[in-house]
Amino acid sequence: MPTVELLFSAQPEHVRTARLVAAAVARRAGVDEAALDEVRLAVGEACSRAVGLHRSNGVEAPVRVMLNEDEKKFSIEVADEVPGNASGSSPDAGADEAADDEGEMGLAVISGLVDDVEVIEGAAGGVIRMSWPTASL
Amino acid sequence: MDLSLSTRTVGDRTIVEVGGEIDVYTAPKLREQLVELVNDGSYHLVVDMEGVDFLDSTGLGVLVGGLKRVRAHEGSLRLVCNQERILKIFRITGLTKVFPIHTSVDEAVAATD
Repeated sequence: MPTVELLFSAQPEHVRTARLVAAAVARRAGVDEAALDEVRLAVGEACSRAVGLHRSNGVEAPVRVMLNEDEKKFSIEVADEVPGNASGSSPDAGADEAADDEGEMGLAVISGLVDDVEVIEGAAGGVIRMSWPTASL
Repeated sequence: MDLSLSTRTVGDRTIVEVGGEIDVYTAPKLREQLVELVNDGSYHLVVDMEGVDFLDSTGLGVLVGGLKRVRAHEGSLRLVCNQERILKIFRITGLTKVFPIHTSVDEAVAATD
């Protein structure tokens, strides 16, 4: 079970809440103070992307954020419920091109920011997994 | 914290002072402001980001959109920013090559290149 799990309806106004919660849990887990800005930005990007995907695909389900603290690292998973969107395969792709572009820019920011990041596209949806080292106490 | 926006004119430049967080929720307000300015004939914009606490890729997208609009009228869009945490996101996306970034409003207003 994750240390903290957050489910929020796919609305842009809740992304800020996800950022605040992730940064608070990361700080508690011992992530370096200097890296907290990265955590905040990366989680925000991942959640914005998930919100965009849910909205443009008419998915009513909430976006799920899992925050995991273990001995050496702090990891975050942001999961959407839009199946296999890696190649932008939504049926009305034309209308959502702008949203897709923003999602891709978000991914570019995440990969530029976070050393350990993985994007998994599955039949049930996508997951962005990121982790940061924690200070050993 | 929400987004705050205010505008003022210095010569032929319009300064847009932005404060707070620019993210997926608030970026549309900034987009509206920039679109409105361009529609009203302000083509030389200086976006002062010294009061910005947070900027994500949605915000970058809005700034790029603003640049595109002013360029259609042979205008300019300059940024004022000294905060390392904000500059970093321009750097990792390569946008430091796209936007002139200044250290003060005075410098941005004086710039003509």
